[in-house]
Amino acid sequence: MTELRRDFIARRYAAERRFRFYGAAALTLTAVFLAILLVDTVWKGLPAFTEHRVLLDVTLDANAIDAVKPEAADYDTLVKEAFRAEFPAVKGRADKKALNALLSSGAGDDLRKLVIANPALIGQTVKAPALLSDDSDLYLKGFQTDVSFAPGTALLRVAPLEGEEGFLLTGDVAEQPLALSEGQAVRFEGGALRIVKLESGHAVAEALGKLETGEFTLEPGQWDIVTFSVPEQDRRIKDQQVLWLEKLKAEGRVENGIAWRFFTDGDSREPELAGIRGALIGSLLTVAVALVLALPLGIAAALYLEQFAPKNRWTDLIEVNINNLAAVPSIIFGLLGLAVFLGFFGLPRSAPLVGGLVLALLVLPTIIIASRAALKAVPPSITEAALGVGASHQQAVFHHVLPLALPGIMTGTILGLARAFGETAPLLMIGMIAFIADVPEGFTSAATVLPVQVFLWSDLPELAFQSRTAAAIIVLLVVLFALNAAAVYLRKRFERRW
Amino acid sequence: MNAPVTFQTLITPEKPRIMGERPTKISARHVDVHYGEKHAIKDLSIDIPDRAVSAFIGPSGCGKSTFLRAINRMNDTIPTCRVGGDIVIDGQDIHDPKLDVVQLRARVGMVFQKPNPFPKSIYENVAYGPRIHGLSKNKAELDAIVETSLRKAGLWEEVKDRLNHPGTGLSGGQQQRLCIARAIAVNPEVILMDEPCSALDPIATARIEELIDELRQNYCIVIVTHSMQQAARVSQLTAFFHLGTLVEYGDTDEMFTAPQEKRTQDYITGRFG
Repeated sequence: MTELRRDFIARRYAAERRFRFYGAAALTLTAVFLAILLVDTVWKGLPAFTEHRVLLDVTLDANAIDAVKPEAADYDTLVKEAFRAEFPAVKGRADKKALNALLSSGAGDDLRKLVIANPALIGQTVKAPALLSDDSDLYLKGFQTDVSFAPGTALLRVAPLEGEEGFLLTGDVAEQPLALSEGQAVRFEGGALRIVKLESGHAVAEALGKLETGEFTLEPGQWDIVTFSVPEQDRRIKDQQVLWLEKLKAEGRVENGIAWRFFTDGDSREPELAGIRGALIGSLLTVAVALVLALPLGIAAALYLEQFAPKNRWTDLIEVNINNLAAVPSIIFGLLGLAVFLGFFGLPRSAPLVGGLVLALLVLPTIIIASRAALKAVPPSITEAALGVGASHQQAVFHHVLPLALPGIMTGTILGLARAFGETAPLLMIGMIAFIADVPEGFTSAATVLPVQVFLWSDLPELAFQSRTAAAIIVLLVVLFALNAAAVYLRKRFERRW
Repeated sequence: MNAPVTFQTLITPEKPRIMGERPTKISARHVDVHYGEKHAIKDLSIDIPDRAVSAFIGPSGCGKSTFLRAINRMNDTIPTCRVGGDIVIDGQDIHDPKLDVVQLRARVGMVFQKPNPFPKSIYENVAYGPRIHGLSKNKAELDAIVETSLRKAGLWEEVKDRLNHPGTGLSGGQQQRLCIARAIAVNPEVILMDEPCSALDPIATARIEELIDELRQNYCIVIVTHSMQQAARVSQLTAFFHLGTLVEYGDTDEMFTAPQEKRTQDYITGRFG
């Protein structure tokens, strides 16, 4: 008897220990996955919140800028000229094009803002920041290649090859091996050479950019050996461009700052100019429409079903179907929106109004179910107490039950809205998937929403859009966490005890 | 309103004594209550005197609470519940279609088993009833009603300094007295109490019993209780329910000393129930 019981106890303890272990293991696994997701997203997205700019001395020529209409001037050209002035040695079409490619196509924007804000600057030479292109930016953030410089310690003779492009490099003493390797570059005042082929005692090199020169000699200390960790063909930025950027960096002209335009601008084809403001405003407008429609409808439906409707076959049917609606795939709601709101009512495509209507349909079942649960959670003793002092049923509901259920209803609504905020599929169907550079101005202007923006950017080939995608996800997550935090706060703040 | 309804009296000249001394407030004749299939009260007839405490006793499930809730038509809120027969308060049929059930409930207040103050301030708890019935013209009148009600419920001295504190923060006994104050605030004629002390400790119970004794000067009080001692202490008339029927009712002192029915005797002496 005693032996048997001891056996039972041991087995019970073992089972309980196993259960605790399974629980802890499941929790740990979930936490690890979540942490990986968050860390990966933040790691990828953080670089998109900063940008690199080059500080240029721009002469604001009074002839080029009309003081009455300073916004009409061609600031891009002014900036490009000032930028090219930094590199007087660069000649030739291809080299100039490569140099211009370092600047963003919107490089003149900051200067324009500067001048419009302060027209008195016209005629002066100002130090203005110009936005660098996405490739330059990525290089300066260390994403393309690492570069190291080592001073050349020996004498180096450079001579153009006879009859073909390229140069022959030889050391001071013939047949002595050069301390260089293929892929490295030699930088000196006035140009740079990349080692193409290394042989004992000499090396064949090609010029980075146009180099028209005869034979010359580089003394020790006059040249540097440049080593790239990634070969040129494996990255978008050229060796020559790297050297130009390094020159600017060495001069202290490159500044790294917070990319406010990511929050203040709409979408763009250029990654460095693309921002989420359009999508964020589109999301807010869409969710606002959804909230304004779904909240009163949802509460009214829940109140009626829970408190007033007779319990019969019809209300049972309605209840079952509301629960079914909550399980309908969201894209179906998109199809419905396409057919009804666009097809039948002829509302504009891509509009937050239609998006909001569709999302309202989507979250309505969620809100109704949450509201009914909240109403049901109010103890019947409260209703009885109100009825007991002679309140009518409706008074009891509106004076006591509804206010007590409101925190629960709000929690459900906020969670429903969080779902709507992250919803993509139904919006694709009604045309909210489009390249829209303008920030939407109203409920009927074309717009897109944050999750769709994420989807659009994730499809683009530019490397810089990958970090934009992650950054947009971070913003989306921050908004969703804020909504959930609001739900938790409401629940805690208005939690009643009875 | 229809003409007052009167019934042939159930009362014999000698008992219950209390019925001879007080006017009849509530008369029930042939009341049947069904919960769906369940026949909870069977053909029940009773007269309840004004300005006295009537206690309903009986084992669990005997229908005493159900009958109590039938008096202010609280059973209407239960969808499956059907009530038959006649219940008359002051000559007025409470099932008269012209009667406003909300007015009825204002006239017949109710105190529940578990204290159920609104999760609002003490003041708001008491002021809610008068406010929805428009019993006061201004704030001063409302304040007066709140104070009087709390005084009658014996709670004023304890809460006068914290009227805006939540009613749910009071102790169990205080909460129940707050519920009584809330019930008297709308100036009812009848107060129904459904086991008002079952969730309270003996000291709070004694306090409520004192209060009930004071309140019977002005109100017709009907109390359901599981405690025979409580029925003996506070009531003047006792009704014993068993299996949905009224087995016996009469003056409390006689019921507890010389019950007519064997079942009553068995229950009172603790042989069943």
